[in-house]
Amino acid sequence: MSKIVLKAENISKQYRLGQLGTGTISHDLNRLWAKMRGKEDPYLKLGDVNDRSRIEKSDYVWSLKDINFEIKEGEVVGIIGKNGAGKSTLLKILSQVTSPTTGEVKVKGRIASLLEVGTGFHPDLSGRENIFLNGAILGMTKQEIKSKLDEIVDFSGVAKYLDTPVKRYSSGMMVRLGFAVAAHLEPEILIVDEVLAVGDQEFQDKCIGKMKDVSNSGRTVLFVSHNMSAVKNLCKKGILLEKGSISSINSINDVINKYLEKNQQNNQNGIISSSASFVNTGEAKFKTIHIKNINNESINEINYKSPIKVCTTFEILTDLKDFFIDVRIINSEGTTLTHSMNKYKNKTITALKKGFYESIVSLNNNFQPGNYSITIGIFHENGYYMDYVENISSFKVSKIASDNLNNYSYHWIEGNLFDDAEWLINKL
Amino acid sequence: MQEQENWDLTIKPHSKWYDLRIKEIFKYKDLLFLFVRRDFVAVYKQTILGPLWFFIQPIITALTFTVIFGNLAKISTDGLPQVLFYMCGITLWNYFSDTLTKTSDTFTANANIFGKVYFPRMIMPLSVVLSNLIKLGVQFLLFIAIWLYFLLKPNQIHPNLALCLIPFLIILIGFMGLSFGIIISSLTTKYRDLKFLVTFGVQLMMYASPIVYPLSIVPAKYKLLIIANPVTSIIETFKYAFLGVGEFNWLHLAYSTVFTITLFMISLVIFHKVEKTFMDTV
Repeated sequence: MSKIVLKAENISKQYRLGQLGTGTISHDLNRLWAKMRGKEDPYLKLGDVNDRSRIEKSDYVWSLKDINFEIKEGEVVGIIGKNGAGKSTLLKILSQVTSPTTGEVKVKGRIASLLEVGTGFHPDLSGRENIFLNGAILGMTKQEIKSKLDEIVDFSGVAKYLDTPVKRYSSGMMVRLGFAVAAHLEPEILIVDEVLAVGDQEFQDKCIGKMKDVSNSGRTVLFVSHNMSAVKNLCKKGILLEKGSISSINSINDVINKYLEKNQQNNQNGIISSSASFVNTGEAKFKTIHIKNINNESINEINYKSPIKVCTTFEILTDLKDFFIDVRIINSEGTTLTHSMNKYKNKTITALKKGFYESIVSLNNNFQPGNYSITIGIFHENGYYMDYVENISSFKVSKIASDNLNNYSYHWIEGNLFDDAEWLINKL
Repeated sequence: MQEQENWDLTIKPHSKWYDLRIKEIFKYKDLLFLFVRRDFVAVYKQTILGPLWFFIQPIITALTFTVIFGNLAKISTDGLPQVLFYMCGITLWNYFSDTLTKTSDTFTANANIFGKVYFPRMIMPLSVVLSNLIKLGVQFLLFIAIWLYFLLKPNQIHPNLALCLIPFLIILIGFMGLSFGIIISSLTTKYRDLKFLVTFGVQLMMYASPIVYPLSIVPAKYKLLIIANPVTSIIETFKYAFLGVGEFNWLHLAYSTVFTITLFMISLVIFHKVEKTFMDTV
């Protein structure tokens, strides 16, 4: 049995909402008074679960509540969850940037976290000086950095600019240099945030490759990402966070499936549940969503190249001078492929009175066969979301076309969008 | 399962106030020196005069003081050459005030680094103390040069055995600056009010210390107030050692020492408490 290297016991984190101001000092004094009398902090009892769709009654919110898990040596664990589920807070606690409100984390071995690349780079210092500085900030000793300097420079590919101040670097070079330093850290436990979302494709592949090397060398890695394919690729075990609590710890495939399933529960036969919103201000609310084919039949699966319609109904709860509504199509890896908004084509102002409305968006279905999900939002004229529902519906594009002539005719599928490209092959 | 219990690190909401994790600072000593180096290298990059600025600053200040306080206001310098008198005070005072002001925004100025990675937070203010110490060393050489010039003239200044106390005085005033600085930086993470007081307060404190005037001309009714300022006895002893005039009083010096030690202890405890959660309020 491999030993446990990281153990989280009942960790919770409470945040205070709103502005810090004169009101805060009275709470601080109350807290001090309670402490002096040997009583419990009165504000710890307060606070709702972290559900951003509701307007909170309390000034306090539990960003994390009673988190328990154990990680064994050599495990590569992916932490997934919606925005606001508490992933970042958990990372901050594990990397000691902030401490939990209650509970403990116990760690065995050296722990290093990578929440950002190039932390502490000083613009006026040269690349070489910054390698040392950044390395030391991440916990390496001068000796360690010296012995790895050549490797780091090699990996970053900025050898030529090593003695130039980093403020003259392109942003890509800066990121590469930062990651190169981080990649040569050798802690027993590595915590990585979505730093891979930067740089070009080639560099991202290099990063994923490096991360795989790290995990293959038997070190423990905690990886937080929205990119399901990267998580699937790297991790064997997963932790799913939901509204500040753990909703599942299991093999990565099970956890990803559960995550995707969870999103479906918000949508029962096209009726959007009231708790589905990620953001809701109470000024507007989506009621139903249906995906229809050209004959106005609700469908879950659509033929290759057949047009689809996204039909939503929504309620406006306050008179609006103008509004925006948008639809995003997202692939199974979480990348937004298309985004369309009512104002892209028609820019006229549409004042709405209180009441129920429907919107119908006709999309040219130029998606390759596969599964896609839909995120919808409705904004106020001032630009904030009044209602925003992530991954509320999904559809599948089959390999069969309606006319039987244009079927998708290959075994493999590359990419998400097809292009009606004209090909011309000439003999030279 | 017994061996499971030796954890290397426990992340807890609160820690005992005496648990200051001093050992950790030694582990990160390379980082400390890199920060000191960074402060030095970065400050004078893209300047023509470079490190010469270290000399220009105190000279200009001393000359200004000579003109304004010495010649216009005609404040006594206990019969000493004015430039030397002012240089003596300024050299030590600059160390104190630079350390205080630069450490006083430890948390707010470094929030972006502190928010991304953990290292002992104390490294930051310590690096400020060290880099200011080097700066003091450089300015001290300048002062010594001027001092030697006057020393060669007969009967102007009378250095004495109190010179042995100089290293102690420098350490003492450095720690005092650090303690004030980190207390302010800890208190300003949540409430920014104190921040407005810093530059202004440091300036006031300078006039409450015998830098532009000798302690001997302070009227009796204000004397206690000036002596209550813990910087006073340090500056007076410093001047006495090099110049032979001024008041040297073991009792006053003991007061400053006790004050500094107490303040340093308090500041460590406050700093340590705040560093755990300041990211949530900064």
